[in-house]
Amino acid sequence: MEHTATHEEHSGGGVKEIVKVTIILSVLTIVELALGFWMMGMPLDSGLRLAVKGAIIILMMAKAFYIVAYFMHLKHEIKNLIMTIVVPLALFVWFIIAFLYDGNSFRHLRNTYDPHFKEQSTIKVEKKEEGKHEEKKEEAKPEEKKVEEKKVVE
Amino acid sequence: MSTTTVQPTKLWSGGKSPFNVEYGKLMMWYFLMSDAFTFGAFLISYGTIRFSTNGWPDPNEVFRSFPFAPEGVHAPLVFVSIMTFILIISSVTMVLAVHAGHNMDKKKVVRNLIWTIIGGIAFLSCQAWEWNHLHAEGAWWGHNPFPNHDGTASSTNFTNYFFTITGFHGFHVFSGVIINIIMLIMTLLDKFEKRGHYLMIEKAGLYWHFVDLVWVFVFTCFYLI
Repeated sequence: MEHTATHEEHSGGGVKEIVKVTIILSVLTIVELALGFWMMGMPLDSGLRLAVKGAIIILMMAKAFYIVAYFMHLKHEIKNLIMTIVVPLALFVWFIIAFLYDGNSFRHLRNTYDPHFKEQSTIKVEKKEEGKHEEKKEEAKPEEKKVEEKKVVE
Repeated sequence: MSTTTVQPTKLWSGGKSPFNVEYGKLMMWYFLMSDAFTFGAFLISYGTIRFSTNGWPDPNEVFRSFPFAPEGVHAPLVFVSIMTFILIISSVTMVLAVHAGHNMDKKKVVRNLIWTIIGGIAFLSCQAWEWNHLHAEGAWWGHNPFPNHDGTASSTNFTNYFFTITGFHGFHVFSGVIINIIMLIMTLLDKFEKRGHYLMIEKAGLYWHFVDLVWVFVFTCFYLI
């Protein structure tokens, strides 16, 4: 029974805390979904759409915090353990900024210097018809050709 | 376990755990950290490709189907939100199992572990249905039937990343379910009662919460934004 004693030292509020965190996670998820539904009707390149995406990412980080801090119990561990886990993960800040910036810059370069790439992203394709799932699979390739032919005819 | 008492000034002087946790749990944390980098690398790679491409399919057009829904009825975000809630609830039952383990309450541990396993299997079934449905629509590694949001032709990057990352996550869920089943069998065989503690359940719990944590990111990156 020694073990239960050592755990009470760094355990949180028990079932009460679990219920609280469950409610917080559910509410955050519902808000995320509400934002997702709201975003559907927005034009593609609107600033509001970008802002909503940012809000969703902040909510995602909040959810991650609650899961790690309370469900995984990290908040109630001692500082040494928290630091040994969280400090290496700080590398992600650099990873995300560096790689996304690189991807964005590559897109700009290709749009500027690669006419084929630019042209590809302006050709519209026919929208697929509804309720033909089974036949779609086999016809995937011929259909693409058909689309190209239509382009030529047009 | 008297060695684990916290004495900040003498934590590193030897003879006691400077992290105040047992070895196995610390190693589980380090494993999860490395796993976080694996998933992070996948998701950042996905983000980089998405940033370097002019168009991208609209998730609300792709993931809009629902089991037993009549033909032509579209419900974007609904099915995936059910999957998300299944995983959150199974995470909660896992916390409850860990909590019951602290109190040496075998009956509650067993009950909550069973609920967690059911949640995991339910999630996997949902994912299997979704994969099967997308496959029937012609989507697979190397095949992308979905056009971009603006109606232009899309590359296969979208489906490649989707199936690789959700597949890798699904594999984690699957191994989590297996681990939980092993924990359930060990609990039923009174292994932990004999040991005098349920620390194994905590380690399995850490893994299971990590799976839920990854889904938070996968769900946001693929289905919402």
